[in-house]
Amino acid sequence: MIVELGQFCLILAFALAILQTLVPLVGAGRGWRGWMAFAEPAALAQFLLLGVSFVALVRAFVVSDFSVRIVVENSHSLKPMLYKVTGTWGNHEGSMLLWVLILALFGAAAAWFGGNLPATLRARVLAVQGSIGAAFLGFVIFTSNPFDRVAFPPLDGRDLNPLLQDPGLAFHPPFLYLGYVGLSMAFSFAIAALIEGRVDAAWGRWVRPWTLAAWVNLTIGIALGSWWAYYELGWGGFWFWDPVENASFMPWLIAAALLHSAIVVEKREALKSWTILLAILAFGFSLLGTFIVRSGVLTSVHAFASDPTRGVFILALFAIFVGGGLTLYAWRASAMEAKGVFGLVSRETGLVLNNVLLAVAALVVFVGTLWPLVAEMAFGRVLSVGPPFFDAAFTPFMVALALALPVGAMLAWKRGDLGRSARALWPAAALAVAVGALAFAVQTGRSALAPVGFALGVWVVAGAAVDLWARTGRAGGRLGRLARLPRGDWGRAVAHAGLGVTFIGVAAMTAWSVEDIRVAQVGESWEVAGYDVTLAEVTEGRGPNYLTTMARIEMGRGGATATLFPEKRTYPVAAMPTTEAAISGGIWRDLYVVIGDPQAAGGWAVRTYVKPFANWIWGGSILMALGGALSLTDRRLRFAAPARRAARPVPAE
Amino acid sequence: MKWVLVLLLWALPAFAVQPDEVLDDPALEARAREISAGLRCPVCRNESIDESNAGVSRDLRLMVRERLVAGDSDAEVVDAVVARYGEYVLLSPNAQGANLLLWAAPALLALAGLGIGALAVRRRAAAPEPGLTEEEQARLDAILRAGRDEA
Repeated sequence: MIVELGQFCLILAFALAILQTLVPLVGAGRGWRGWMAFAEPAALAQFLLLGVSFVALVRAFVVSDFSVRIVVENSHSLKPMLYKVTGTWGNHEGSMLLWVLILALFGAAAAWFGGNLPATLRARVLAVQGSIGAAFLGFVIFTSNPFDRVAFPPLDGRDLNPLLQDPGLAFHPPFLYLGYVGLSMAFSFAIAALIEGRVDAAWGRWVRPWTLAAWVNLTIGIALGSWWAYYELGWGGFWFWDPVENASFMPWLIAAALLHSAIVVEKREALKSWTILLAILAFGFSLLGTFIVRSGVLTSVHAFASDPTRGVFILALFAIFVGGGLTLYAWRASAMEAKGVFGLVSRETGLVLNNVLLAVAALVVFVGTLWPLVAEMAFGRVLSVGPPFFDAAFTPFMVALALALPVGAMLAWKRGDLGRSARALWPAAALAVAVGALAFAVQTGRSALAPVGFALGVWVVAGAAVDLWARTGRAGGRLGRLARLPRGDWGRAVAHAGLGVTFIGVAAMTAWSVEDIRVAQVGESWEVAGYDVTLAEVTEGRGPNYLTTMARIEMGRGGATATLFPEKRTYPVAAMPTTEAAISGGIWRDLYVVIGDPQAAGGWAVRTYVKPFANWIWGGSILMALGGALSLTDRRLRFAAPARRAARPVPAE
Repeated sequence: MKWVLVLLLWALPAFAVQPDEVLDDPALEARAREISAGLRCPVCRNESIDESNAGVSRDLRLMVRERLVAGDSDAEVVDAVVARYGEYVLLSPNAQGANLLLWAAPALLALAGLGIGALAVRRRAAAPEPGLTEEEQARLDAILRAGRDEA
């Protein structure tokens, strides 16, 4: 019964989304206030309906209602409660329902906080948002209904993929979707602005917080996924340039570019049409990612051909929204005349360079990701494009970005002074070179990777600090002023520093990881990178829905010893083994051990890694997200603030 | 989240290189690891044979090591694997024929991007300074004032 309620709400939301598209759009075109005002209650009601629908599905998983098809296929009565709940989105149908729910959440938030938008713009933004909702609700209802029943309910389910039964991955999809789908707001604002035919500083100010919020969530989502891969897949890799990873990385890069170009629109009324284009592209890449992932087209062209319904549906949606958006852009972009004038050396130019580097880097990832498909269809060559290509093609752009970032961030708007910025950054450059030299001195190999990575990372971090310090002015009391700087300034410095920290982590981990593979008898000791490792004990045990082989490994250097418990689990229902690596984390290094199979001649296969600076990769990501969140709380940017202000008269200055 | 699921079905917790495969000569073993990291497991989703747990990957790892021990150069080893499994196994696509386009793409895109960026900057630098229309200025002032008040 409750399942049918969920189904009913889903269909109602679909009908409402169609109305939310048509009524405000017509109203805004004709200037009918009542029709325009329909958009807000519609957006709120749509969110409520989808909320009820989603809760109904979660309930089906929680109570293990095995008359629902996706519950049978993805759950089991013995599964821990946390994973019963998160299993709701651990499958195609449920995750698409989460997708449309988050889309409706953003629509409702725009209706709620959008009080200060001009009535026509607000109506059009919500109408575009409604049209995306209608399209994807159609997709859910007609190709991927989560509420399908089975005719003969089985006694128990088939269990969720054991690799997904993990806290890191349980919360990876919601964050990723908040990011992906959040970019729909930027898209809706861009399309509405094209229909209106005007983009001004106020538009830049409205669109930026939404993009920032989406980008922060995307950052967290990608970092969670990468962290999960690090500890769960059992060999300590953190990024594989897999198509599904690239699918989330491309929107992240474009969103980062959009964030920066929206600043130029807001502060200087320049780069308008470019910003609109980026907004369309950012959401376009989100849709493309959804297509890549949902259709399985990149796993295998044949998998796609055997069941093309879903893939073709999403491809059609992609063509309609991106094609339509770009056509509208080609038609109306000339109306967006720029106003701000800036010199060759100015922060505007720095931000243009930022945009070029980020956008081209995203395009390079795009070309590499789709190349196997193009090569097979156009040239009949079955080939792969893997990490070696991406590392070689992508890294130069990041190096250029890191080199230019501190300088660009210090330049003044409109007309900057390169010499002055360079002088201020002199200590940062010196520190970077010194740390790079130190890294070169301590390492044993002759690889340039770590020294260069360290120097760039320190340059970016120290550059952010110098930037912040320069903001406090010249006279005394600078420390006090530092604390009182707007949160936007702090956010910028923290996010930029986070990027530098991530660079250091990636460089150190790539260049300096130490690996040891061996067969060890229980009680045996050996040495890895200066650490004494002992396989103390191997025991068998059982968890709620798995069997486990757990080792106790002592690992230490000097007096301090860490005790690690790597596991090998077997999930009988899914008939799948997983490795649970044991990690002793630290600021300077992670100790990482994995227990493998028992050997015929006795003993166990054991892998030991020492991974320097591993946590800096995710620490930097957290800093980036934190910086974004700080900016979001800046009074100047908060999207609700002006709405509340508008209610009372503003005193003259 | 089926896509992760699909990925994971193939990216089974890998124990990859087994202890009994490791060569005694560390220099040769290091070369074997490097070669393996560049060869794709033919039956996996997106893994090199160095990371993969599949049987065929183990066979390939052993084959790479046998040939290295027999004295082949790195390129000869890779060619031997490609001869058997096709260019699909190369994670770094060879720069031949249409692939030249792929390898040239980053440089071409960078040039195009920088060119467009430079044009835009020059145009802005040369443009005369227009003002806001009165109506726009009034609206902008109102918004900025609202923001400042709060601060």
